[in-house]
Order: sequence, then C-alpha cells, then structure tokens
Amino acid sequence: MLEIDKELCIGCGICEDNCPFGAISIEEGLAVVGETCTLCGACVESCEVEALTLDVESKQVQDDLSSWVGVLVFCEFRRGELAPVSLELLGIGRKLADTRGVQLSALLLGHETSDTAQLLIGHGADVVYLADHAGLREFKDDCYSKVTSALILDYKPEIVLAGATAIGRSFIAGVATTLDAGLTADCTKLEVREEDGALLQTRPAFGGNIMATIVSEGTRPQMATVRPNVMKSLDFDGSRKGKIVEITPTEQQLQSRIQVVESVVAEAGRVNIQEADILISGGRGLESEKGFELISELAGVMGAKVSASRAVVDAGWIPYPHQVGQTGKTVAPKLYMACGISGAVQHVAGMQSAETIVAINRDEHASIFNVADIGIVGDLFEIIPKLIRKIEERRKS
Amino acid sequence: MKIIVCVKQVPDAKDVRLDPVTNTLAREGVESIMNPFDQHALEEAVRLKDKHGGEVTVVTMGPPQAEDMLRLAISCGADQAVLVSDRSFAGADTWATAYTLEHALKKIGDFDLILCGKQAIDGDTAQVGPGLATRLGIPYLTCVQKVREASETGLVVERMMDDGYDVVAVDYPALLTVVKDINEPRVPSLKGKMKAKKAEIIKLSAEDINADPTCIGLPGSPTKVVNVFPPEARGDRSVLSGTLDEQLDQLVEKLIPYL
Repeated sequence: MLEIDKELCIGCGICEDNCPFGAISIEEGLAVVGETCTLCGACVESCEVEALTLDVESKQVQDDLSSWVGVLVFCEFRRGELAPVSLELLGIGRKLADTRGVQLSALLLGHETSDTAQLLIGHGADVVYLADHAGLREFKDDCYSKVTSALILDYKPEIVLAGATAIGRSFIAGVATTLDAGLTADCTKLEVREEDGALLQTRPAFGGNIMATIVSEGTRPQMATVRPNVMKSLDFDGSRKGKIVEITPTEQQLQSRIQVVESVVAEAGRVNIQEADILISGGRGLESEKGFELISELAGVMGAKVSASRAVVDAGWIPYPHQVGQTGKTVAPKLYMACGISGAVQHVAGMQSAETIVAINRDEHASIFNVADIGIVGDLFEIIPKLIRKIEERRKS
Repeated sequence: MKIIVCVKQVPDAKDVRLDPVTNTLAREGVESIMNPFDQHALEEAVRLKDKHGGEVTVVTMGPPQAEDMLRLAISCGADQAVLVSDRSFAGADTWATAYTLEHALKKIGDFDLILCGKQAIDGDTAQVGPGLATRLGIPYLTCVQKVREASETGLVVERMMDDGYDVVAVDYPALLTVVKDINEPRVPSLKGKMKAKKAEIIKLSAEDINADPTCIGLPGSPTKVVNVFPPEARGDRSVLSGTLDEQLDQLVEKLIPYL
C-alpha cells in the first residue's frame, strides 16, 4: 500500500503532478491517494520531504535463482523467412550475454529452415536449438508454447527474449504463464543492473507518454518481448563458431487444439509497417481514397511504406494493418512523414518514438506540429507533388 | 452458449492533449471508458448470443467505480456483470491479473467462450488474455479479426498476423482476443439503458474468489516497476518558413540522410 505520512506531508502537490495515473489529489493540505493508484512508485521518488512510502511484501523468491544461466532468444520463422526482429534480438542478446559473461542461445522453430540456424550463429548465437518439424510449419500458440516451455525448463536460461510481433506477443504470454515467470511487453531498452545482474526492462507505457523500467526480481527466467526496429543487429560474420542442437518435439507437444485451415498473405499484410525504415503516413487531410495515390507515389520515390491514421482506416480508404496509433500499430521508423494528420494523442502514441518526424498540415495549430521535428504548414496537394519532383531532381544531380 | 467477456476500465484518451512543454498527458477532466478493444469483444459476444442463443457475462477487475462501465455493458446487451474488486488487487501486473480473473471465473461457473480485447490501451501488454487461457487450460487465439462460423461445438475465425491472416478452427471452451476490425460496436438502446439502471452488479472480493494473498496485487506480481520517467525530449522542433520552394529545399536537405 502507498502510505502518506501526515506529519511529513506539506501538501506541496509535487506528487500530484508526478502521478502518471492521476491518482493523487491534495485535500486540505495533504496528499490523498485515490482508487486509480497502481502502486507504480513515481510519487515516492518525486516527494521532496519523503512523506510517501510504498510498503510491499515481495513475492516469494524462487529457490536458487543462480541455477538459471544464459540468454535465450526466440527466432521467428514463417513461410521460409526469418523475421528481421530475430537478428535484432540476437544483437541485444549478445550484448546482455557478454555483460553477464554467459552463453547466447537461439531457439528456431519452423519447417524447412535450411541454413537459417547457421545464419543465426553468424549473427551472434553461440548455440542454436533447432526444432525443424512439419508440425511447426504453421503457427499454433499451444504447440509453440509447449516446445518453448520445455526447452526453457531443460536449459534454464536467466533471460528469454521474443519479438513483439503478432506471433511473439501471442505465444510467449502463454509460456510465461506456464513457467510463472514475469513478462514485460514491448521493451525498447534492455540493460543489466550492476548490483545483482537483474534485467532492467524499459518500455513505453500509456501510449508512450511515460517510460517505465521493470524488473522481475524473484522469478526466472526474466522474460520480455522487444519491439521490432529498435535494437541493432550485428553484421553477419561467417567465421563465427557455434553449435546447432537439434531438438525433436514430442507427440504431445505437437498435439494442438487449434487447427490452421488456411494461411492468407494479404495484400495489405505484405507491408509490415512495424519493420519499415521510412513511413509516409496519410490522414483525413488526404480528403479521399484517391489522396492515397499521392502518398503512395511519394513513398515509391523515397523507398518508403505507407501507413495511416485511424480516421482514414475507418473511412475504408486503406486497410487496418496500415493503421498507426493506439488501436493500430506502434511504429518506430527512422523517418515518419505525417501528411494531413492532425496528431490526436491516440495517433501520436503510435509514432512518437520515430527518429525523425516530418509533418505537413494545412492547420498551423494542428497538434502534430508539437511532436514534429520538421513542420511545413500548407496544402499537401501542392506540397507533395513538388516534393516528389525535388527529390527526383536531387537524385539525378 | 455461455460467453464471458473480460473488460477493463481505462482513462479516455480522446480529450487528452500532450503538454508540448513537459511532454506529459494533460489529464484534467479525463473520463474513464471501457477499453476500446473490449467494446468490440462485447459486441461480438452479443452478436453471437443474438444468433445462437445463450448468455453474456461481463467481468472486470477494477476499482468500485468500474461499476459504471459494467452498467454500460449491460445496456449494450450483456446479461449480467461481475465486478471483481478489492484494495488488495491494486498494482497487479499481468500475471496477478490473470490469476485473479481465473479465480473469479471459477467462481462464476461454466463457460463455452471467453472474449477479451486484444490489449488495454493504458498498459498495451496483450498478456492477460493468453495468461488467463493458459491458467484455465484452454486454447486461445489472439488478434481475431473475424468470426467466420460459430457452431454448437466450436468456431472458425480469422486471426490477424503480421503478413496477412490465418483461418483457424477451435473447439469450445476457448478464449479469443479481438481487434477492432471484427465489428462496429452498437450504442446502447433506451431499453438497454433502463435494464442497466435496474441491473444488479455481482461483486466479488479477494476472499470471495479464494485468492491466495501472495498471488494478487502488487505483492503477487513477478514484475515490479522500479522507475518511471518521461520519455526523452525530442530534439529541436522547427516549422519551416520562407516561400514554399525554399521550405521544400530545406526539407529535401534534411531528408537526404534517409534517401
């Protein structure tokens, strides 16, 4: 419980301002905690007179945490291709493993994976556990979860990472539950805490308006999903040596209660906007479905993918997989160009971690300009064609 | 068919503005709403009930004021509503939340299908649905964008993937999490509102659901927040000036590293 020492509290209101959940109010000169308190502790640190304390009994610590050693990353393989986030996971996994002085292993599930395991070694894995089986060709939560849980219990890694993708986010939550392990979603930063080697997992919360660092102190493995396009992968090094351990899934593990009848690659799905380096994003300012042709043309010239705000997805101008924002996808490209997007907080939540944000909007008061690094006020139907021409000219010269 | 819908009350982001100076949410006067994805889960449950018969129960773990949201759910077609509320639930992470909901559902009784939103817009974890299903020992499918068929024994649905979608069949009992593409939620009818006003909300405490005190709330959570801080401030922001041509030249200059 959050305790407020009435003797110490001076009712200054700093905690009220610092509470990300609006749970503290000042009543009659004293801080009062409301029902929306999540015990996050932000106020405790902000209090200058140390009037706030968070009194928590810790969850019972699992026996012998030190018997869990090493870093394991789940590498996603589908339709004959490795998901790019897998190599990014190896990049950060390598760093964590080196800091801890432990082994980095990769788990590769799928069918007809060819020399992918070798590729994983070249990108940093010391060991690749390979389960290449026809029964793992399709993604089935329960099978993937059973195989992964069993492997984790066999090898007991202290850290397990997966990509924050449709597949990663779905099955890894089942694995964490099976293992009674703490799991942190959508991490954008992972570090090792010096004192005790615990994994510091930092993630955006509340639509990216606050960052939270999370630790699973008393349970192992420490599990996290990692956002695509955030971590850096290592360059391939063919001289790297590693071991490939083939694992044969048991019949029980391959038994599924779900049946994949058909797997459809959708036109829209071919564009995974979460993995794009550059996104040209369109909003209501495009005025019609035809407006997207302009955006697509610019995207073509820039080697970019097209995304959109909720309003235009709801209007049916472009399919849902392209939607950026709170009820769509969260993206972090190197460059995000918002064209005719007003910048509602729900949209900003999905794109504010982009490296550079460019906004084109006719309304100079549009809130998108509050987050944009570069803004142009004007008519996008005039601006974009000119911009396309100028980029093409630039290319030629 | 007995359907359970798990819902969460979240702050409404609609009227919230980012403070450009502090880059934090201006939260004054922010209302609480039903998590948008959960609205779609509820709508799908009511549609399944209308077509195949049965009963829809909404369940939430939350503070006492979440009762308003449950009444709204009844006005939108739910038959009964359960509020799982106790001070000791505060600070629960996804593990402890799934534990609490599991125990609440065991108290509530049989079900064929559980529907949840894909994720809550305040935490964005998407972990409670899969966690709950795993605890209950039933299969789950996440990010369902369409229910193609519903029969006496099971469902055929479309599950959204990063590269398209999978068509997947599953037998009851099962848990689905849904995305907003699945349907358009209805607005409450007048009759629904009348019903909601009179409805009795079932309330369950930690003791009522036989929860182990070491497994709920913050003490029961494997993950702990050790630091909360504002995101790194973005660099210099500039709105370009000059003639449009000059502005575009400046822009192209800045875009060069990305071309």
